[in-house]
Order: sequence, then C-alpha cells, then structure tokens
Amino acid sequence: MKRILALPLLLLFVVPVQAEDVLFADMGGQAGIDKIVDASVDNYLADDRIKAIFDESNIDRLRAEFKVQFCQVAGGPCAYKGHDMTEAHKGLHLTNADFNAVVEDLQGAMDKVGVPFTVQNRFLARLAPMQHQVVSR
Amino acid sequence: MRLCFSSLVLVAGLASLPARADTPWSMFDQGKLLATGGVSQVEGTGGGGIANWAMITGYGTRDGVGANLHYTAVPLADYNLQTAGVAVGLFDRLELSYAWQEFDTQDVGAALGLGKGFTFHQNIFGAKLKLIGDAVYDQDSWLPQISVGLQHKENDRAAIIAAVGGQNSVGTDYYIAASKLFLAQSLLVNVTMRETKANQLGILGFGGDKHKDYSTQFEGSAAYLINRQFAVGAELRTKPSNLGVAHETAAWDVFAAYFFSKNLSLTAAYADLGNIVIRNNQQGAYLSLQAGL
Repeated sequence: MKRILALPLLLLFVVPVQAEDVLFADMGGQAGIDKIVDASVDNYLADDRIKAIFDESNIDRLRAEFKVQFCQVAGGPCAYKGHDMTEAHKGLHLTNADFNAVVEDLQGAMDKVGVPFTVQNRFLARLAPMQHQVVSR
Repeated sequence: MRLCFSSLVLVAGLASLPARADTPWSMFDQGKLLATGGVSQVEGTGGGGIANWAMITGYGTRDGVGANLHYTAVPLADYNLQTAGVAVGLFDRLELSYAWQEFDTQDVGAALGLGKGFTFHQNIFGAKLKLIGDAVYDQDSWLPQISVGLQHKENDRAAIIAAVGGQNSVGTDYYIAASKLFLAQSLLVNVTMRETKANQLGILGFGGDKHKDYSTQFEGSAAYLINRQFAVGAELRTKPSNLGVAHETAAWDVFAAYFFSKNLSLTAAYADLGNIVIRNNQQGAYLSLQAGL
C-alpha cells in the first residue's frame, strides 16, 4: 500500500525541469514569436466566438503589444510596458469560454508556425494563470 | 445494447444542431479545452478508465453545462463487464451521473452452479462537487483541483451476494479527488481516496464476512499528452478484500485516449482487474466510447 502511494508522488519528481530562458529560443526567438502573434491575431479576428471582443481595438497596436508581451513571458530580452492584464480586460466581461477560445486560436497559430506541442505547453503554462486577471465573469 | 445504440444516435442528432447564442443550446457552451472534460470511468463518473478525476465531466464552463453518454466494454479472460451511462456537468461545479453496469459470469457461472452466463447488474448514481482549485488554469500554484463525490450502487443479486458472504446489495462510496495538469510537462496527474465497502466494485455487493466496514482505498492515474487529441497513461486502483470466498486484488491499466472532438472520444486500454472469485488474473481489453455536448 505504501509503495502504491509513492508511485504518483515519484512521478512528480522525475519530470524534467526546464531552464527559464530556453523557451524563448525554442519558440524561434523574436522572429518566431512575431509569426505566432500575427497568426494568432488573424485567428482571433476570424473566430466568430470572440472576434467582437476586438471591435474597439487598434489591431496594429495590439499586435505590437502582444509581440513584446509574449517575448517577455517566454523569457526573452523584452520588457512589456503595456496595460496590466486586469486593466486591459476591464469592462470586456470575458468568460472562461472566451479565454479558452483565445487559447485554441493561439494553439492553432503555433501549429501553423511549427512550434512543437511540448514547447506550446511550456508557453501556455505561463499564460494560463492570466485567466485570473482576464476573466471577469 | 440497443439502448446504447439509440442513445448514441440521439447524441449524434443533438450534436448536429447548430448552437446559437439565443437558443437554449447555447447553455452547452463547449467552452473547456479539448480533453479537459475527461472521459467516463467504469462507474460512470467523469475521469479516466478505472480512476476518478476531480474535473467535472463534459465541456461546459462555469457559465454553461455539458452532457454526455458513454458505453464501455471490458471483455476479460473469464468474464465480461459492460457499462452504459449518462452524465451532466453543471456550471463546472456539480456533476450528476447514472450508469448501468452488467457483469456476465459466462462459463464461471456454470462452474459456480449459478448457470452459464449468469449476470449481475448494478445501477450506479453518482454526484461530484468541485470544491477548490482549477486543474488547468492554476499553473502558478501547486494547488490541485479538489472535488468530493459519491457513487451510490444498487445491485440486483441480493441472494447471491448474501450466499457468498456479502453484507449488503446496496452501498455508497465516498471519495475525495485531486487533479492537476502539469502543463509545462504535458502531464495530468489524478489522485483519489475512496471510502468503500464494495466487493469487486459492488458486483459482489458491499461488506463481507471477513471485513464489514468501510476502508480507505487509493486510485490514481497519470496521463501524458502526446498532442491535443491524444493522451496515453496508466491507472491503479486498490480495492478492499472483504469476502472470505475470494481474495480481491488491485486493478491497473495502461490506456490511450483519442479525442476526435469535444463531441466524441474513444479510450482503449489493457486492463488487469486482478482476481475475481474463482478466476485469477482477469486481464483484457477496455474500450470506451463517449459522445457528448
């Protein structure tokens, strides 16, 4: 019984720990991130579930801000100075379904750019906690 | 079997209806990410194959609902187990499920004097309540998603159960489940502690001549995500050994689950349910199909 209980705990420790700044390189550096952002914003604007969210947005500025923010989140040499996440999404009344639609579109964009699934998940793991600031409904 | 088929046809029909924002169908928001609704475990609860998850079944977010039907077949060396059921997930908070389970003793039934193909049936009513945490979003915390639940089981073979030393043909399991997606590692881990009296999942009743009371049992699983649609992993579940007539052992399986879409998934496993009455090493295939909204 004791050995049985130890098994799942053991699994948690054999999982390799990823170095922080390797992710930026694994995503193709700034050039890769620029492609990911452009493809994902294209997806958002074509997605009937969420495109209305961007009705009032300056799309060019949005792309530029995402590129800096994604670079910073991936551990690249950038400092995101845009709106904080709570402020940026205030009043949009976004749901978990909206948040997940954005995730799905981002996954589709990363597929298109050729980011491997495991690299995608390492990046998404850093974005996921933003749900707490982004979703207000 | 006919019931299962017509249910699947019904779900396929429902799934083909367009979801419009101004219809009741929009309640089925399909807002969760693929695979995070899990599949249907062998007692009809949202989870893996033999182990529970803390996640609420289906693809409804906290603003919506999800519902699904499943059919599971577990052809073992000497027995045949099958389950069919329906489950709803309400606002990513409460899950309610019903499953019908049949255990066919095949040739063993004749050997035991019950008659060839003697079958046990169970009705299993389940409820699960999410307490805290979010298995997917809380990537900045070690806190798992934690749920509590119960499975109330009613077996139709009270006389046989009494004859083998079982105390009751009706029983209720209580459990606490913790699930955590380690997204950066593409790994989902589930751990459940279950208070149960069930003999062979309740197929041989509840409590026995050897041990009458509840005992705490463990079930756990780990699933590695190969891609968004495909996961592989393993599960383990301990069981009490309450009956003097047969020593009961733990069950385990290795599985692969494929999510065609949020409406359809297929799980295939190699399962070892351990010793069952007079037959040891009950191993076999485990196949489960889930269709839902």
